[in-house]
Amino acid sequence: MENLIHRHRNATALVTVLFLQILALAIQIKRPAEQGNPEAGSIRLIRVWVVAAITPLERGFVNLAGLSRNLWSDYVGLRGVRQENRALREEMERLRIEQAQMREAASQGQRLQALLAFKQQFISETLAAQVLGTSGSERSRILYLDKGSNDGVREDMAVITPEGVVGKVLRADSNSSQVLAINDPTSGAGAVLEKSRLQGVVSGSDAGELRLRYVMVDEKVEVGERVLTSGGDRIYPKGLPLGTVAAVKPGSDLFFDIRVQPAAQLNRLEEVLIVTRIVEQVPSAEAAEAPPRRAAEILSQRLPGLPPKAAEAAATAAPPPSSGPPQTSPETPR
Amino acid sequence: MALTYTSREEIEVHRFSLAASLGVPLAAVVMQAFLPARFHWFDFFDLPLLVTIFFAMARRNPVSGLITGALIGILQDSLTHNPLGVFGIAKTVVGYIASSLGVRIDVQNPGVRLGMTFAFYQLHQAVYYLVVRGMMGQPLEWHWGHELAAGAANGLLAVVLFAALDRLKRRA
Repeated sequence: MENLIHRHRNATALVTVLFLQILALAIQIKRPAEQGNPEAGSIRLIRVWVVAAITPLERGFVNLAGLSRNLWSDYVGLRGVRQENRALREEMERLRIEQAQMREAASQGQRLQALLAFKQQFISETLAAQVLGTSGSERSRILYLDKGSNDGVREDMAVITPEGVVGKVLRADSNSSQVLAINDPTSGAGAVLEKSRLQGVVSGSDAGELRLRYVMVDEKVEVGERVLTSGGDRIYPKGLPLGTVAAVKPGSDLFFDIRVQPAAQLNRLEEVLIVTRIVEQVPSAEAAEAPPRRAAEILSQRLPGLPPKAAEAAATAAPPPSSGPPQTSPETPR
Repeated sequence: MALTYTSREEIEVHRFSLAASLGVPLAAVVMQAFLPARFHWFDFFDLPLLVTIFFAMARRNPVSGLITGALIGILQDSLTHNPLGVFGIAKTVVGYIASSLGVRIDVQNPGVRLGMTFAFYQLHQAVYYLVVRGMMGQPLEWHWGHELAAGAANGLLAVVLFAALDRLKRRA
């Protein structure tokens, strides 16, 4: 027997290493169902060590890339800025007029909601974070951020950009966090179509595409219609853009196969906002005059790396919370 | 593509410094995590796989090849949200076969390197597919066009990368 193993030692080593990994895989797959905990201590430890070893290197790369980009944008890329500034001023004037009209419409809506005691969700605190890296695999749509539990990041907090939803925090280490992107096959978000108000679930696919599922084939869905978060999953605040309907075709069962073009540029993320606090509030008629900050308003803010005034506004929504997942706290009407 | 068979006497076995043995796989994993965040198309490449193939073929020792593959794979798994061992198993198999073939084939030839990397990429993806679909029971689709194109792209990158990494070789 010993002789046999020695003669085939290479094959024996292969079988042993494969067997150990298959065994470890089986334990990891079985464990969550038993304990409701996706990762046991020792396995989590390996991940923590690897992330702790790799994220400082990535942070260095990000800083280096940022430095060279700043050198370019602060000196070389300033040509044409005056012209751009003039165009932006004109755009701002136009938006001011639009804003006045929308404020009137919003206050009217809030008065009606107050009459109905309709609870709304508001993003009250966000934390700006930089994307350090990815999982490096097409099969696992994971992002690593430079903010962790020390900064108040907790599991299941929503991660957004001004364009739309990015994903949710899967794990928060002390100085970095792992985000599961919305286009990962294991991801999911409660969704609603903006015009038709049809509800469904948006999740990812192998190819990294977004799909809106569970919309019955006898409903009417239009290409180009916006898909928003429904708030039903208790992770993503209601009303955030997920994307727009790109293609609709009947699926293999009773539901449509709807492809959604993501609102956020999931392939080109550099900075994101982590939603650290959500407030539920019943708007009052008086509040209509000075409406609280809605999800859409938070989204309209600019991220760091852009002009400082806007960045301050985004980051100083409030300091990070001391503990807990995305907090949803009720507030009484004023 | 014709593979060049070589006598056992002609086969050179190489070793690497400790810095290269640890630094190159770590750098490959870091670059694989960092670059796709900036350049989405880099998802197409699998640097840790290329490094596994390179070390396995240069060392020509199946046990060393499979252990290198297993460690690099588990390192890569640690950055995903999949259970540890998915990439580990795939790269163990590739490391073992690459080092076994390295004993029999002249792996210095760029054409051979391109062809072998293409084949190993397909093998890696096939093992990964089997593990995810068969063992974990998760839905995963096989896209022929994507896999063949990615295999060819990785093969071309391997020719350049292996030529650069050849400088780190020391004759055993």
